[in-house]
Amino acid sequence: MKTRIVPMASCAAFTLLAITVAHAEDGYDAQGDWPSPMAEHYAWAAGFDRLEYLFPGKGVEEALLWDFEAWYGGDHNRVYLKSEGENVQGDGAGAEFEALDLRYSRLISDFWELQGGVGYQGNVGSNDHPERFYGVIGLQGTAPYLIETSLDLKVSEDGDAWVQLEAEHDVRLTQHLYLQPRAELVASGSDVEEFHLGSGLNSLNGGLRLRYEITRKIAPYVGAYWEKSYGDTADMARTHGEPTENTGLVAGIRILF
Amino acid sequence: MTAKNITDLSLSRRQLLKGGAALGLGAATLRLAPAWADPWGQSNAYPQGMVEGNDIALAIRRETLAINGRNTRPITINGTSPGPLIRMREGQNATLRITNLLDEPTSIHWHGLILPPQVDGAPGISFAGIAPGETFTYRFPVVQNGTYWYHSHSGLQEQLGHAGPIVIDAAEREPFRYDREHVVMLTDWTYEEPAAIFRNLKTAEGYYNFQERTVTDFLADMRENGFRETARSRAMWAQMRMSSRDIADVTGSTYTYLVNGQAPEQNWTALFKPGERLRLRFINGSAMTYFDVRIPGLRMTVVAADGQPVQPVPVDEFRIAIAETYDVIVTPEADMAYTVFAESMDRSGFARATLAPRLGMEAGVPERRRIADRGMEAMGAHGGMDHSDMAGMDPSSLAGMDHSSMAGMDHSSMTGMDHSSMAGMDHSSMAGMDHSSMAGMDHTNMAGMDHSDMQDDTSPGASEGDLLPAGDAQPGSQYDQAGIGIDPDERRILVYRDLKAFRPWPDRREPEREMEIHLTGNMERYMWSFDGKKFSEVNGPIHFRKDERLRLILVNDTMMEHPIHLHGMWMELENGAGELIPRKHTINVKPGERVSALITADAEGSWAFHCHLLYHMDAGMFRVVKVS
Ligand SMILES: [Cu+2]
Repeated sequence: MKTRIVPMASCAAFTLLAITVAHAEDGYDAQGDWPSPMAEHYAWAAGFDRLEYLFPGKGVEEALLWDFEAWYGGDHNRVYLKSEGENVQGDGAGAEFEALDLRYSRLISDFWELQGGVGYQGNVGSNDHPERFYGVIGLQGTAPYLIETSLDLKVSEDGDAWVQLEAEHDVRLTQHLYLQPRAELVASGSDVEEFHLGSGLNSLNGGLRLRYEITRKIAPYVGAYWEKSYGDTADMARTHGEPTENTGLVAGIRILF
Repeated sequence: MTAKNITDLSLSRRQLLKGGAALGLGAATLRLAPAWADPWGQSNAYPQGMVEGNDIALAIRRETLAINGRNTRPITINGTSPGPLIRMREGQNATLRITNLLDEPTSIHWHGLILPPQVDGAPGISFAGIAPGETFTYRFPVVQNGTYWYHSHSGLQEQLGHAGPIVIDAAEREPFRYDREHVVMLTDWTYEEPAAIFRNLKTAEGYYNFQERTVTDFLADMRENGFRETARSRAMWAQMRMSSRDIADVTGSTYTYLVNGQAPEQNWTALFKPGERLRLRFINGSAMTYFDVRIPGLRMTVVAADGQPVQPVPVDEFRIAIAETYDVIVTPEADMAYTVFAESMDRSGFARATLAPRLGMEAGVPERRRIADRGMEAMGAHGGMDHSDMAGMDPSSLAGMDHSSMAGMDHSSMTGMDHSSMAGMDHSSMAGMDHSSMAGMDHTNMAGMDHSDMQDDTSPGASEGDLLPAGDAQPGSQYDQAGIGIDPDERRILVYRDLKAFRPWPDRREPEREMEIHLTGNMERYMWSFDGKKFSEVNGPIHFRKDERLRLILVNDTMMEHPIHLHGMWMELENGAGELIPRKHTINVKPGERVSALITADAEGSWAFHCHLLYHMDAGMFRVVKVS
């Protein structure tokens, strides 16, 4: 049953897009078979904001991480596909989607879009991670001081709710070299033993990346991150023999298609 | 109609002349420069009779052609890109047969020409467009003279070089003399596909801007203005989520700027004999580029704007908006070369040509100036308000406006702003300011400025008694400023205030009605619109009443310049010159500026009205005006 949610949501999203295709016809002299003087354009974008290899401190395995986003649509209404996940090296398990979301997005002000959709957390190809489906409501945009922000509220099929906040900012060192601080916060409304999440603040992740834009579309980077879990989440980590704090290095590439 | 036999179009120049067709119409052979870009130009002794009764045939193709030495695929017109010079004579009947050899529909719009709507050439408004393989015949009486141009009005074809100059010789003697003339057509060429450019603009803000502020600029400003001021000014821009270096959307990072189809290295050369008076017909036929034009060592006398004669203005430099034309007279006395230097407004590149007595000579190429930061004036009509014009106010109508919140914006930290004028800004004396227009302004575009306290006062109403006298400048206009990146102390620069019609235009009626249109946009998403709505979001055209005398007020709520073009009718730019206001087909509106034009709505039918920045138009900054 769960797997039906995604196609249904995508149908709904595309229907909403289609509704917005309206053409101004009243009062013009133009004959019916003439083209519209200005065609309405739809655009798409896709890319890996982060595609990186993590070199963590001791006690943690190296991992390949991706943060992918694609959208299609007009100025006001878009459909998003978002995917975040990692493949931990040497854990014997396959790659894991931390999120695979299909969302409908609507521009609600100059700098903000409101998104809603469904998502999946779990396995890529294999069957060795816990999984769940959830609904998501998100706010994405540019905050004052040019802080790229996304705030997501997710509620799983079992009624567990959690929020994720991501913020990043580009400091332009030269026309091609950027320093990007970023922060990520996760908080949960309840204990979800399966995913090692406790209620309250789960984790904080801070990072600093130095990116060189060879072109606007291809930009390799290097960086460092620091991660710490808190409260019940930290307790659960300890129980599983995992560290609650970790500092590491990353090397990766940003690619836009 | 079906495609004509192509050999028909491959007439030699000689045959064309024999057939009484326009001189300079290129033959269909591939060549680097259009045929009209002959180094000797056309002298004043040019046989005028030759253009009468002409029948011009143009073939539109997409073909491989070298531009700046690199093979690429522009749209050519009779084998060249830009296309041939169309030369006609005032009073003749024009017959222009256009054959579309592309695999998509095309069109030609005769920019600035007053003609019947069916031959205006805007697809979807006045005709269906020209289908592949079809020959469409434009027939219209030529009722004006001067320098104009033509271009495709289909999709983004103009960016592929689908454009060319038009010169219409006057039926009566023009109010200035010259010995020789040259057409100087400026364009911006890119080896990228226009659709890819549009997508890049849509998906990544600042995609082509490689002159953004960096940490180095911050440190330099800090040394000059101190940390506090610098941090405050930068914080303000950051808070607004805008870039003070947003001068051009598409830049020299992808553009090669051309003069008559030639790159700066190719150095298109126009010849003269020392002492001759040269008429240079400048046309900005680019898709997206404002140029600042000068000829170091020569003073230019502007004698026509948008094809229409103006009282001579001697200048050292002029800014030419997209689609504008300026005719200037220069008199090089010395036996030496001069550089025609056309810098893009954002300073990311330049077009260049040479005036010389002999081929092969060249003069020094000036240094490009540095990009400027936008200042206060870009942030809304307030900044550019001409306070001196505000008399006879009714203070009560200002009651709801919280001036303290405007004051809370730190004006002192805004570079580029005219502090002196702000210092004396007495808000209590802002009468005559049209509050209704502020209400209609898209405040969301002006983040950082607190408009929340500005009340929606009802305006005194545009009842006829309240209208400004015809020809007066609007409060909020910046006609005495050339605009961003220009230092008026450096040299004498043409400003709109300088333009005075050679003699008053025929219709001197006062306006019966005012219509205000706001230029709006969202740079973050590359959305461009009028009154907050792009073309696909409006129902129905803008209505002009047949034969009414109308005042069109344009208010720029965005941080970028927009060259606004109305098809089919002249706009008389109310620049304060009274009955000598100039008439134009394209009016540049600076950020935060409020300008107005008088229109005699005598052209029955439907007409395009749009921003002439190609990608702004395509993004929706477009309307249909219906005169009925
Ligand atoms: Cu525009």
